[in-house]
Amino acid sequence: MKKNLPPISELSVLALAVVVAGGVFLAAHLPKHVTLVPTTIAVVVAGAIVLVNLFLLRQIKEFDWKVFTTVAKWTLLAYGLIAAALEYIFIKDGSRGSVLTLMTATLVIFAINLPIHFGFTVARYSDKTN
Amino acid sequence: MAHDVISQKPTDFKIVPTSAIPLVAIVYIGLLIAVATNRLWALDFFHVVGGACWTAIDLFLGFVIGPIIGKMSIPARMEFSKKFMPKMVLLMPTLVIATLAGGFQLARHEGFILSSDKHHPWVVASMIVVGVLAVVALGFLEPANIGVLFELKKEHPNGEVIGKLMKRFLYTAGITGVMQVATLIIMTRIATL
Repeated sequence: MKKNLPPISELSVLALAVVVAGGVFLAAHLPKHVTLVPTTIAVVVAGAIVLVNLFLLRQIKEFDWKVFTTVAKWTLLAYGLIAAALEYIFIKDGSRGSVLTLMTATLVIFAINLPIHFGFTVARYSDKTN
Repeated sequence: MAHDVISQKPTDFKIVPTSAIPLVAIVYIGLLIAVATNRLWALDFFHVVGGACWTAIDLFLGFVIGPIIGKMSIPARMEFSKKFMPKMVLLMPTLVIATLAGGFQLARHEGFILSSDKHHPWVVASMIVVGVLAVVALGFLEPANIGVLFELKKEHPNGEVIGKLMKRFLYTAGITGVMQVATLIIMTRIATL
């Protein structure tokens, strides 16, 4: 088993929790007008965590990138399709402007964060490094 | 540790059962049609059927199958996992998206999502429960599931890795089981208000 890898899985779960909390806050107040500050903060924090994770990933020297890429690309396809379906539902429901922008940002972070998380979780236990 | 590496012939099972993908596609297309047409029956169908299956599977896995797997030997767990987990890779995300998309549209259709509606506090409670479920399922369950399957694909699967990931899978399955009990309470309350 690999040791001394950066806490990418932990950060991914944190980003997921933050983005879900922001989404639940917004969805719980729809369709009435509500302050977008908590959801905006959640999206910015989650987005920053994903960027930190991408940076940390680049710093890893010995890692099975083949397995990481295989898992990440299929996860991106699957959850990208789910995110697209949810985006369609938000648009169909009449979400526009700032609310739609925030929801879209939430879905983009969701769709990028999960492939990193799944790919890293599987590749960290791989025997091969390249 | 030498005994943690389990000698086994390379396995030929599929991590994603591709033969089931057309069925998943049919469910997704049906769900999108239900949302696009906003028909009450169709939305109710996807929410109730998806939710019933999701809840039943989580409860059964968390409280019946989970403890049984926990007492199995590692080779027995591996054999079970090879047959069981690939099905979960496609089944659970499909049930979850059908339940949530159908439920959100249903709540809009019926006005439950309006903060003035008497059902609103319970709808918000269900969103919080679903949020916790999403974090547990996507943060812990699903990656552990895929990790175990990749390990089982190896010529010499590492029992220590499988044991660690399976333990995570079983603990979190128990948490989702408890959250599903909360879902049952909330949904029956919404239905009888």
